[in-house]
Amino acid sequence: MTGRPGALFVGRASYRQRRLRDAARLLPLLGLVLWLIPLLWPREPGAAQSTSFALIYLFGVWTGLILLSFVLSRRLRADEDVPPGAEGD
Amino acid sequence: MLSFNLLVFVALAYVVFLFAVAFAAERRAAGGRDDWLRSPLIYTLSLSIYCTAWTFYGAVGYAARSGLEFVTIYLGPSLVMIGWWWVVRKLVRIGRTQRITSIADLISSRYGKSTALGVIVTLLAVVGVTPYIALQLQSITQSFAVFAVQEQSGWQGTDLNSVALWSAAGLALFTVLFGTRYLDANERHHGVVLAIAVEAVVKLTALLAVGIFVVWGIGEGWSATLARIDASPISDWTQPGGRWVGLTFLSAAAFLCLPRMFQVLVVENANERHLATASWAFPLYLMLMSLFVVPIAVVGLDLMPAGSNPDLFVLTLPLSQGQNGLAMLSFLGGFSSATSMVIVATIALATMVSNHIVVPIWLRSSRPGGIMSGDVRMMVLLARRLSIGGVLALGYIYFRLSGGGAALSAIGLIAFAGVAQILPAMLGGLFWRGATRVGAALGLTTGFAIWIWSLFLPSFGSDVVISAQVMAQGPWGLGWLRPQAFFGIEGLDPVIHTVLWSMLINSGLFVLGSLLSFPTPLERLQGAQFVNVFEHSAGNRAWTKSAAQAEDLLVMAQRIIGGTEAQAIFQREARAQGKSGYLPEVTPEFIALLERELAGSVGAATAHAMVSQLTEGVSVSVEDLIAVADEAAHIMEYSSQLEAKSAQQERTARQLREANEKLTALSIQKDAFLSQISHELRTPMTSIRAFSEILRDGGTRVEDQQRYAAIIQEETVRLTRLLDDLLDLAVLENGQVVLNRQSGSLRDLIDRALATAGLRDGALKVVRNKTDEAVTLQTDLDRLSQVLINLFANAQKYCDAARPELRIDVRRAGEVLTVDMIDNGSGIAPESQALIFEKFSRLSDQGKAGGAGLGLAICREIMHRLGGQIDYLPGQGGAAFRLTLPLAEVAV
Repeated sequence: MTGRPGALFVGRASYRQRRLRDAARLLPLLGLVLWLIPLLWPREPGAAQSTSFALIYLFGVWTGLILLSFVLSRRLRADEDVPPGAEGD
Repeated sequence: MLSFNLLVFVALAYVVFLFAVAFAAERRAAGGRDDWLRSPLIYTLSLSIYCTAWTFYGAVGYAARSGLEFVTIYLGPSLVMIGWWWVVRKLVRIGRTQRITSIADLISSRYGKSTALGVIVTLLAVVGVTPYIALQLQSITQSFAVFAVQEQSGWQGTDLNSVALWSAAGLALFTVLFGTRYLDANERHHGVVLAIAVEAVVKLTALLAVGIFVVWGIGEGWSATLARIDASPISDWTQPGGRWVGLTFLSAAAFLCLPRMFQVLVVENANERHLATASWAFPLYLMLMSLFVVPIAVVGLDLMPAGSNPDLFVLTLPLSQGQNGLAMLSFLGGFSSATSMVIVATIALATMVSNHIVVPIWLRSSRPGGIMSGDVRMMVLLARRLSIGGVLALGYIYFRLSGGGAALSAIGLIAFAGVAQILPAMLGGLFWRGATRVGAALGLTTGFAIWIWSLFLPSFGSDVVISAQVMAQGPWGLGWLRPQAFFGIEGLDPVIHTVLWSMLINSGLFVLGSLLSFPTPLERLQGAQFVNVFEHSAGNRAWTKSAAQAEDLLVMAQRIIGGTEAQAIFQREARAQGKSGYLPEVTPEFIALLERELAGSVGAATAHAMVSQLTEGVSVSVEDLIAVADEAAHIMEYSSQLEAKSAQQERTARQLREANEKLTALSIQKDAFLSQISHELRTPMTSIRAFSEILRDGGTRVEDQQRYAAIIQEETVRLTRLLDDLLDLAVLENGQVVLNRQSGSLRDLIDRALATAGLRDGALKVVRNKTDEAVTLQTDLDRLSQVLINLFANAQKYCDAARPELRIDVRRAGEVLTVDMIDNGSGIAPESQALIFEKFSRLSDQGKAGGAGLGLAICREIMHRLGGQIDYLPGQGGAAFRLTLPLAEVAV
């Protein structure tokens, strides 16, 4: 790691690690937003979306989140590499 | 058709199989071959105890009643695990560094190892989870009932209640056997965890098998099934938004707060890296469990006769289609779901009950002095076993009381809402250092009370605990306290109503209480260690007064972890400190270590309480800090005093050294003086003796006689002069001289002195300025004259110039009168200038000087007595002496 605590810029590798962590933090927010979107659909009888479509949408989002989480968890390194105090930069 | 007895046999065989799996895992772990037992796969599968009979049976029933809403129960935990970097990672790290044994331990430990908070959370968890355990017993009973009804056997009605009873008893046995084998909670429950993992596989396989059968066996694939969904009663997406959001939140909260989830997620976690795998694998598991729920529900609604219980479609659908093998698998899946949940939930609850309720009570009631090796250990294990029985008994009682007729998911949601009350205190404790014990206790108790009043008690049914009248009009006619319409706001779904109000008021009071109260030092210490766990997770150490005696601590440790282990720990520590025997110094480090060792057995709060009993109260109080600060101040003051003293002593020593040097020098001077005197006296005496002997012997001529007599006389004069000088000097040096002050002219004085010194014969030319000399002196003129004579005689004696000349300059300079006497000789060498005023110092040979070398010494003493001084003036082209007289001595 070239990023020592107190250094203004970190190395490319640790910069990538930190952005991966940001992504890992943001992923549940993305999932929440996507899973709340069906509430915006019309719900009056007749105009409502079909349950089968909702089923496909919800499980589609679910699968996407699982895949993204899989990729992220593979790339995120154990946080032992993080210099102390650099958490969240 | 499945025979009921075969079903019972299969169920028992399955239980025996689980026992065998658990036993084998324990054996492997004991042999140290637990590598794959601690793999991320096992960890992820153990998390699946989130999916209980509620999921296995209840989700389909839920979907049949409310469509896709059932899925919210799985969306929440999926989001929590996908967002593991936020909360779960921190929870696990804290659990490891602080040796947390349960969620009650977490809350109690965070808020200053508070016993009261531990009790509150334990009670809340027990009451909250009781309906949940009842749910499992209900599902087991119902599933047995399905087969019993099918067979039309003698198994009816009340017999089915005994199924629940026997199931509870069997579960209690398994849990006691594998859940309370060891006391140290860090010895993870390998057997239990592996059994759960196996059950996780069984239930997933069973549900997937039923789903696949429904979609591809009964239906004609996905598209046909989707079409069937759209034709069913749940075809339209008419989801109420409040419940969708509320239940997603509630399930996420429950996932973090449920005691059994905390047990597998945090306590049984062997490696933080397993979280990375679980972050995607667990949502995947949940998604697979949910995938076929809607198809099964829809097909069930389609094919099953009206009025059949949708909660049991998973079981009844295959049966109705004649798929007995599939039905059996499905039954085992449901059985697995129910049993695994009950086992882990009871272990978690029993740990909490024994650590936070039984042991503290026992500690308080027992004398702290008894030496009974290992008795606490047996007591804790017994407490856990009894707690397991008690928790299961409570579940059974709730099952009997509630009548066993309610929808599974409705019961589950009640439990979720109950344990979710822990969430504000937990998250606040993890991320906000300002969260305090008072705030946590306020929020928890209020949230707990709201939940009891608005959801738990009404769940028993109308008029069972709360009368219909109170439900409709509020207690004592207080309309705003109506259990399902707080503040008169009606029409909310009961679960959402409770979640909304309890969470708002709980969090509000938690924040308010925290803002207004002040935490104890231990609370602040723990708060910092929890919130900043990633900055310093090296280990927790509190300042502790070392008042506890090592022996007392050993006695106590023996009672908790057994004699051998305790002695080993103490001996190791003593050796590390370089001592022999079993009693190390009671350092803060040692106390922290001991506390951690004990925490693994009885929980952090209890361990802390026990150690504190011996270390007198809390680890560090404000009084301690003040005392420490005072002590430091005293030390600083004392050291500055010491410093001052040592400086003073150094000064005294220096003075003594100087005095000693002076004394030594004086002693040397005295010796030198005596030897000098002896020498000076001896020389004339030798001559006198020699010549007087010659005269006595006679036979000398008259001229010779006269010459000898003259020599004798001359030497006698010299001796007299020497003795006079010595006497004079002694008088002057001792300050015994009496000054005879007179008035006189300096000019006359010089005239007289020149005459007395015998300079009249003109051998030395004297240059004077008689106007300058017209000064009237008011001093001892005889003494001053003595000085002048001495100086003139010296000039006459030592001036080596061809035409000797002496210049006398008299000058008034400010307050003093100076008289310079400068000759034109070669002067005095610089290295000798310092010596000339010393006694017996003679620069040239003795013969020429003719004196004892006391003249200038006497001059210096006289001038000193007269209030002036005599100095040698260098650089005047010859020997130059300056007399200085203060003008007070000068009368103008």
